[in-house]
Amino acid sequence: MIMSAYKIEVENLNAWYDYKHVLIDINMKIKERTVTAIMGPSGCGKTTLIRCLNRMHELVPKAKVSGKVIFNNLNIYDNNVDPTWIRRKIGMVFQKPNPFPMMSIYDNVAFGPKIHGIKKRSILDKIVKQSLEMAGLWEEVKDDLQKPASALSGGQQQRLCIARALALEPEVILMDEPTSHLDPISATKIEMLIRKLAENYTVVIVTHNMQQAARISDYVAFLYMGRLVEYGPTKEVFERPKNELTERYITGKIS
Amino acid sequence: MFYELYLGSWLSINKFGLGFIIGSVWDPVKGIFGALPLILGTLFTSAIAILISFPISLGIALALSEYMPKQLSNLFFFFVELLAAIPSVIYGLWGIYVLIPFLREVIYPFIQSNFGFIPLFSGPIYGGGFLTTSILLAIMLIPIMSTIMREIFILVPSALKEAAISLGATKWEVISVMISYARLGIIGAIMLGLGRAIGEAMAVSMVIGNKFQLFPSSLFDAWYTMAAILANEFIEAINPLHISALINVGLLLLVINLIVSIIAKIIVRYHLRIIGGIMRE
Ligand SMILES: Nc1ncnc2c1ncn2[C@@H]1O[C@H](COP(=O)(O)OP(=O)(O)O)[C@@H](O)[C@H]1O
Ligand SMILES: [Mg+2]
Repeated sequence: MIMSAYKIEVENLNAWYDYKHVLIDINMKIKERTVTAIMGPSGCGKTTLIRCLNRMHELVPKAKVSGKVIFNNLNIYDNNVDPTWIRRKIGMVFQKPNPFPMMSIYDNVAFGPKIHGIKKRSILDKIVKQSLEMAGLWEEVKDDLQKPASALSGGQQQRLCIARALALEPEVILMDEPTSHLDPISATKIEMLIRKLAENYTVVIVTHNMQQAARISDYVAFLYMGRLVEYGPTKEVFERPKNELTERYITGKIS
Repeated sequence: MFYELYLGSWLSINKFGLGFIIGSVWDPVKGIFGALPLILGTLFTSAIAILISFPISLGIALALSEYMPKQLSNLFFFFVELLAAIPSVIYGLWGIYVLIPFLREVIYPFIQSNFGFIPLFSGPIYGGGFLTTSILLAIMLIPIMSTIMREIFILVPSALKEAAISLGATKWEVISVMISYARLGIIGAIMLGLGRAIGEAMAVSMVIGNKFQLFPSSLFDAWYTMAAILANEFIEAINPLHISALINVGLLLLVINLIVSIIAKIIVRYHLRIIGGIMRE
């Protein structure tokens, strides 16, 4: 089998909430170790799209999906694929920071490795430290690892969620507007972090913020009313959009 | 109310003091009253009732909030709420006419033939008694505890479940996250159930056998509780000391229940404070 150069290939993806058709024939190929930003007006299907990439969409009652999402040459919607395995390989960071409030900082990060069978304290210690370092949170919390996660600020909580996802050593990280609930300084920290993550991971980020997409992404996808209207290298899309809708969105005529 | 009970108990408190709590003789004829057997009977029957009803209620609550489709769950919930509204005399009657014969003819002989070598399961089977009371109490508690716990699980933020799922958690691992998030609320529900069990008079007095003794000889033996003795003896008591001793039992009951509900309140409040720190919009 020839490994494709793409980490994720979306083929004819359609998604529904009950009878509401919210994603229509999406095709896109996502390169390994790049940052791909998904933009578009609110309600256009951005969140739904990334939730289809790690089989979270099906958790909504009556939600349906058709088409393929090929991850490392494997269609994640094949019958014999275990969704928990997919979610472990394709991590997710949510719009609103959602650490486990009843757990310590340490236990939040160790949760993933623990449920996947790592029990040895010394190994967990190492994973927790590495993940927090990678998320740029280690220096701030290293003396407070046993404090509840609820004691952290919003920006710190979001970085904790990133560390928690990284602790599983995923190959892809999906982020749904990870900075929309944060102050500008925290948001900048996370943007820098995303650039750094792209050295080792494939990042797909939903963003509402065009400047953010321009700053951090290698590729941009523009979604409009459930359709992928434009997809290409960030610079090209912003400088020479092919589609009129994209241009109008970029110039602020639709939002 | 406290004060009135205290006044009413005055004769008894004056005569027996703390001896009332540690005494184990109850003799209205000689005028000697000690409530220790009643206290023990109350605590043990209630504790075992919780032990039986808790896992069942937890299972029902999870099934209702997690597994069942909404409409079915609501229908079931409505039914369970109806059960919670049945007066305890009815439970007592049901205990006498349905539960006791069933336990006496089917369950207890089975237990005894298999585990009879353990002293707890030996001895004569009357049908009513210690274990029967706990089982009946458990049946009464299940509707209340499971509806409260269902509410608690429904309140677990979906963001929390999604976080666990996105980390590759299985259904059971998600449930254990929910339980750990809701643990103090669950303890609160248990305390509430415990309060109900401790205070239950009518149904208990109908099935426990009303035998005043420090400890029953086995799980099948008869016993007594504070609430049950109040239900039985209050109307017929004429001797002022006897009446005062019964009121004193009522006072103890109130104190125990107060302690339980205060602990429950503290736990629940503490719980809300921890969780409030994060999931607030
Ligand atoms: N759980 C849901 N049930 C029904 N409809 C939903 C649900 N979530 C989203 N939708 C609908 O699907 C469409 C796409 O939503 P979403 O993917 O959240 O858009 P975006 O993230 O771009 O704002 C919207 O019209 C929204 O109303
Ligand atoms: Mg969204």
